[in-house]
Amino acid sequence: MNAHLQPTGSAYFIAKETELAETHTLSVLVDNEPGVLARVIGLFSGRGYNIESLTVSETEHEAHLSRITIVTRGTPHVLEQIKNQLERLVPVHRVVDLTVRAAGLGHERPIERELALVKVHGSGEHRVEALRLADAFRASVIDANIDHFVFEITGKPSKIEQFIAIMKPLGLIEVCRTGIAAMNRGPQGM
Amino acid sequence: MSGTENQMTGAEIVLQALKDNGVEHIFGYPGGAVLPIYDEIFQQEDIQHILVRHEQGAGHMAEGYARSTGKVGVMLVTSGPGATNAVTPLQDALMDSIPLVCISGQVPTSLIGSDAFQECDTIGITRPCTKHNWLVRDVNELARVIHEAFRVAQSGRPGPVVVDIPKDVQFATGTYTPPSAVPTQKSYQPKTQGDLKKIEEAVALMKTARQPVIYSGGGVINSGPQAAHFLRELVELTDFPITSTLMGLGAYPASGKNWLGMLGMHGTYEANLAMHDCDVMICIGARFDDRITGRLNAFSPNSKKIHIDIDPSSINKNVRVDVPIIGDVAAVLEDMVRLWRAAAKTVDQTRLGDWWKAISRWRARNSLAYTPSADVIMPQYAIQRLYELTKDRDTYITTEVGQHQMWAAQFFGFEEPNRWMTSGGLGTMGYGFPAAVGVQVAHPESLVIDIAGDASIQMCIQEMSCAVQYGLPVKIFILNNQYMGMVRQWQQLLHGNRLSHSYTEAMPDFVKLAEAYGGVGIRCEKPGELDDAIRQMIDTPAPVIFDCRVANLANCFPMIPSGKAHNEMLLPDEATDEAVANAIDAKGRQLV
Repeated sequence: MNAHLQPTGSAYFIAKETELAETHTLSVLVDNEPGVLARVIGLFSGRGYNIESLTVSETEHEAHLSRITIVTRGTPHVLEQIKNQLERLVPVHRVVDLTVRAAGLGHERPIERELALVKVHGSGEHRVEALRLADAFRASVIDANIDHFVFEITGKPSKIEQFIAIMKPLGLIEVCRTGIAAMNRGPQGM
Repeated sequence: MSGTENQMTGAEIVLQALKDNGVEHIFGYPGGAVLPIYDEIFQQEDIQHILVRHEQGAGHMAEGYARSTGKVGVMLVTSGPGATNAVTPLQDALMDSIPLVCISGQVPTSLIGSDAFQECDTIGITRPCTKHNWLVRDVNELARVIHEAFRVAQSGRPGPVVVDIPKDVQFATGTYTPPSAVPTQKSYQPKTQGDLKKIEEAVALMKTARQPVIYSGGGVINSGPQAAHFLRELVELTDFPITSTLMGLGAYPASGKNWLGMLGMHGTYEANLAMHDCDVMICIGARFDDRITGRLNAFSPNSKKIHIDIDPSSINKNVRVDVPIIGDVAAVLEDMVRLWRAAAKTVDQTRLGDWWKAISRWRARNSLAYTPSADVIMPQYAIQRLYELTKDRDTYITTEVGQHQMWAAQFFGFEEPNRWMTSGGLGTMGYGFPAAVGVQVAHPESLVIDIAGDASIQMCIQEMSCAVQYGLPVKIFILNNQYMGMVRQWQQLLHGNRLSHSYTEAMPDFVKLAEAYGGVGIRCEKPGELDDAIRQMIDTPAPVIFDCRVANLANCFPMIPSGKAHNEMLLPDEATDEAVANAIDAKGRQLV
C-alpha cells in the first residue's frame, strides 16, 4: 500500500494510519467491452491498491456482462475509496463489497471457492501417500501415468493452500489456481 | 434506418457527429493517420479548424475554450507522436474536470500491434489520463461512440475523453446515426439531484452554526452560471463568509462583502484562519486537495463538514465529512436556498457577530501586503495595475504555473465565473498561453490576457505563430524575474538557498521574439511607465508579448509551508531571511 510507503509527515498523506487493514472480496459487474479489465487493474496499480486474487468471466452473454471478483486488502477507508473509484469507471454497473454484505446478513464471510490443478511427481510410497491424501481432500485425479498425477481440487482458498503444502514434500511439480469466485448466501443477488 | 442518405465514410461521420454535437471550433494538427478527416474539414465550412504548432497547444486551447464557454473543447491529433503530445493536456483536463473530446487517428486496424510507422497504443497510454476512451474498429459504431464521448465528457464530473479512429475506419462507408437515435451506456448514468434528507440535515447544521465558512471550488464553475447564481444567493441569505480554491475564483465576486480571498498554501490569512477555526464548513464543488488542507491531522479540527460533490469518490477521500451530498452543485444549491428561505424566520442572525469580528481582526493583518518600490516593478504591483486598467473591460485571464499564477490569484479580482483559466490540479507550465488562444477563439471581441512567467511562457511559445495566423490578439503579460520563481522560493525554503538550475542565464529578447512571430513586443522596467505600457498593450489589435521586468527576488506570501497547519502561516512581514530558512523542519523537507 502506498499509504505505508509515504514518509511520515507527508503533506500528501499525513494522517497516521490508525485503522487496521482488512481483507475484503468485491464483486464488480461490468460491460464486457475491450479494455475493461485493463481499466480495473490500472485503477488498482495507479492508486496503489492491492489485488490478492482476481477472477473474471462473462456471466450474462446476451447482455455482455462480466463479473469480476477481486480480493483486496486495505483499511476500511481505503476499501470505501476502492469501491467509489471502481464505480466511477464508465463500463462499471455495480460494485458490491461481499464481505460487508455478508456481515450485514449475519454471516462471517461470503461463499468463496477456488479451483486448482496440482501436478505431483508420484512414484514408490509417495505415490500411495499422495493418492490417499487427495482422497481425504476430495481432490480428483484427472490425469496420471506411472510417475505423476494431476489433481483437481475445489474449495476454500485455505483448503487449497493446505493441500498444496502437503503435496510439496511428496513431489509437487506445478500448481495452477483460478482465483476466487464468490457470492453471498441467501436468496438475494448482488 | 439504413437508407442511403445515412451512408457516409468514417471521416464524414466524424464531421457530421461533431456538427450534431454543436461543435463550431476544433484545435488540431494533421498527420498521416487523420488525413481523411482533414480532407473532410477542407470540404465544409460549418466547423472552423485552428491549426496549432504542437498538439499540447491544441489540448490547452480546447481547455481554455471549454472553461470560458461551458462547452466541450475538441482537439484533433494524428497517431503516435500526435497522441502522445496530447497526454499532458488530457491529464490536465482530468485533474481540473474540463470537458474535452480528443479525436486521434490510428494506423489501419490490420497494422495495429505491428509497430507500424507512427503507431502507439493510444488507448493504453491515455487510459489513466481520461475519463473514458474508445478505439473504434467498426465504422458503423463510429457515430454512436462520438455521441457517447460528448455525453461522457460533459455530464457528471466533466473530463477528457479520447476517440481513437484507425485510418481504414475513416475511409470505410457505414451508417450515420444522429445523437437522438443512439442508446446511452446504461452503466454510466450520473445523478445530479442531491438527497433531500441530506440537504435538510445540512441546513439544520448551518442554522445553528456560530462560526461557519463556505469553501467553494471549481465544481461551482463547472456546474454552470446557475450554480454561481445560487451560491451568491446562499451567501446573501446566510451572511456566511466565503473563500474559494484557485479553481473556483469568480463564482463569488471578489468585491463581495463576504469574500475572504483564496484559501490554501498561498491563500489569505483570514481565509485560512476561518477554515481552521470554523464550527461548520460547507465545501461546495471542491475536493480537499493537499494544497488546500495543509497538514491533514490539523485541518479544521473542530468543524462539522458538509460536502457537496457530483463525484462520490471525492467524498471522504482526504478528509472525513459529516454530511455528504452527492449531486450537481446547481441542483443541490437550489434546494438548499429554498430550504434556507423556508427556515429563515427561525434563524438568529446575530449569532454570527463575534465570528465576523474575528474575521475583521484577521483581515486587518493585511496578509497580502508587500513593500512597494519606486525603482523596480514589484510583481504584485504589476498585477494590481493590470487589474485596475482592465477591470471595466470584457476581460478573460489565463495563467501559466508558478509565482505569477499565485500573485494573479491574489491580486486580480474576479467578479464572474468562467473568466479565470488556470492549471490547478496538474500545475502545467505552458498551459496559459494556448489556453488564452482558445479563449480568444471563443470570444473574439474580448480582452484575453495570459499572465505568465518568463520560464513557463517558453514552454508553449510556438503558439504565437498560431495566434498571428488567425489574427487572435492575445496578450501575454510576462512577470519576468529571470528565475523559475516558485522553484527558487522552495529552494530557499527547503534546500539551504542552493539555487540549483532555477536561474535562466540565456533569456530570449521577448520584444524581438514577438516581432519575429509577427506580433508586437513591449518592454517595461519602471513602475512609473507601467500604466502607459499596459494601456498600449490593451490598445494593440494584435498578439502582444509584454516583457514586464519585475523585482527578481520577490517571493510569494503568505504561505503555509509543507507539513504545517492553516494557523501556522508564514506572513510577508515575518518572512525574514532567517524565518524563510527555518520555516520548514526536517520532516517537512521530505514533502512537496
